[in-house]
Amino acid sequence: MSNPPVLIQVNGVSLTLGGRTILKQIDLSVRRGEVVAVIGPNGAGKSTLIRIILGLIKADYGSVSLPPDTRIGYMPQRLRIDPALPLTVRRFLTLGQRCNNETLRRACAETGVERLIDAPIQSLSGGENQRVLLTRALLRKPQLLILDEPAQGVDIQGQAELYSLINTIRHRYQCGVLMISHDLHLVMATTDRVLCLNQHICCSGHPETVSQDPAYLALFGNHPGLALYTHRHDHQHDIHGAVVDSCTTCPKRPDAEHPHG
Amino acid sequence: MDDFIYRALIAGFGIALISGPMGAFIIWQRKAYFGETLAHSALLGVALGMLLDINTNITIIATCVILALLLVALQRQQRLANDTLLGILSHTTLAFGVIALSFMEQLRINLASYLFGDILAVTLPDIYWIYAGSATALLILIAIWRPLLAITVDEELARVEGVKVVPVQLLFTVLVAIIIAVSMKVVGILLVTSLLIIPAAAARGIARSPEQMALIATLFGLLAVGAGMLASLFWDLPTGPAMVASAALLFTCSLAVRSR
Repeated sequence: MSNPPVLIQVNGVSLTLGGRTILKQIDLSVRRGEVVAVIGPNGAGKSTLIRIILGLIKADYGSVSLPPDTRIGYMPQRLRIDPALPLTVRRFLTLGQRCNNETLRRACAETGVERLIDAPIQSLSGGENQRVLLTRALLRKPQLLILDEPAQGVDIQGQAELYSLINTIRHRYQCGVLMISHDLHLVMATTDRVLCLNQHICCSGHPETVSQDPAYLALFGNHPGLALYTHRHDHQHDIHGAVVDSCTTCPKRPDAEHPHG
Repeated sequence: MDDFIYRALIAGFGIALISGPMGAFIIWQRKAYFGETLAHSALLGVALGMLLDINTNITIIATCVILALLLVALQRQQRLANDTLLGILSHTTLAFGVIALSFMEQLRINLASYLFGDILAVTLPDIYWIYAGSATALLILIAIWRPLLAITVDEELARVEGVKVVPVQLLFTVLVAIIIAVSMKVVGILLVTSLLIIPAAAARGIARSPEQMALIATLFGLLAVGAGMLASLFWDLPTGPAMVASAALLFTCSLAVRSR
């Protein structure tokens, strides 16, 4: 069996800013149909690595090679669109890629944002926002999807749905996926390979293997009980944080996220 | 009515045509203070034009563009915040402009007309400059509309999707410089950005798309120019400030409409 083609190859990427090492000797590759997750604590250099791969910043050393004309779909961590800009979701989606109504409708159906298409972009909840960003990336018919913390600002229930959606998309589009996450256990089920990053790559491999790796445990602490705790969010809160039976304060937004701690 | 009133109205309308869409982008990109800074540097441009005996419209545009490039260079040091840098550049250039003009006493420059505008003294060549500048700026803006909007929404996303961010933003800066140069005669250095920002802000409440906001801002700008002119005629108000006051009145009304 021959391996699927490599979509992106990163070799020996290093970056130093003001005497501080941000990234050291990073090697990484993504093949077609493969999901690779980069995990690491805050300040590990995850976003910087993604930005180097996207060509937004330059590395001091090393190389990033992609086959020419690789179509990249990029999903940034979040959007900060000024409220003074009147922009509907439809307009936002077609800004990256002109497309006809049918293509747009199909892409929106895939990510479950059909009913939001004429809503102002600033009115979306965290979960809706991420799905719209994913739709914009999909409209480019990507060969490689690059996702920076796709579950940012999404509640636990929505996070699981989002990762399973990304998994479905990987199979349907036969694209490679490179994503950042701060939590191994969230991405474990849908990821083929994990790179544990803390300035350098501490360990890498199959998610199960990485979760047992001493380097991983040293970085994230040896608290499997805590790390593996899955929060089942089976109740709602009112605005003060008290548990209520149903979310009466936000009838239009049953999936709106709220702090929970 | 006298000729100078028609000339003033035509000049004001010419500026309103371009300041609507440009003002919308300035608001969306949060560049109000940037526009203000470029406007303040225009006085230095006037002084340079007189010193070198070149058309002041050209030296104003050149000064604004150089200042914008200087700002980009200063932003690289990453120690002082953007608004601090803008404050430094804005007032330094204004001070140098006043100093430079003071050396040219023999020209008997009326500083107030540069600061607050003197639309009633607009000449026919001024009108040519205004319409040439507005038309050029409008054509360029239409040409870069889509990439500029993509950058305004999210610069990094636009860059990844293949938009040439640097040339588009540079062109946009040149457009701001052109507008400041041609509208200085009408409302003056201190009020230039108001005609950009206030009509566009008033349009926000009604607009449902970026293009609608640009068009409504243009209409509001035309209205403010017309109303200011009438107020100036009937009550003998200073014309430029009367136009800005009319725009502010429109903005206040728009707040009422929006809160309904």
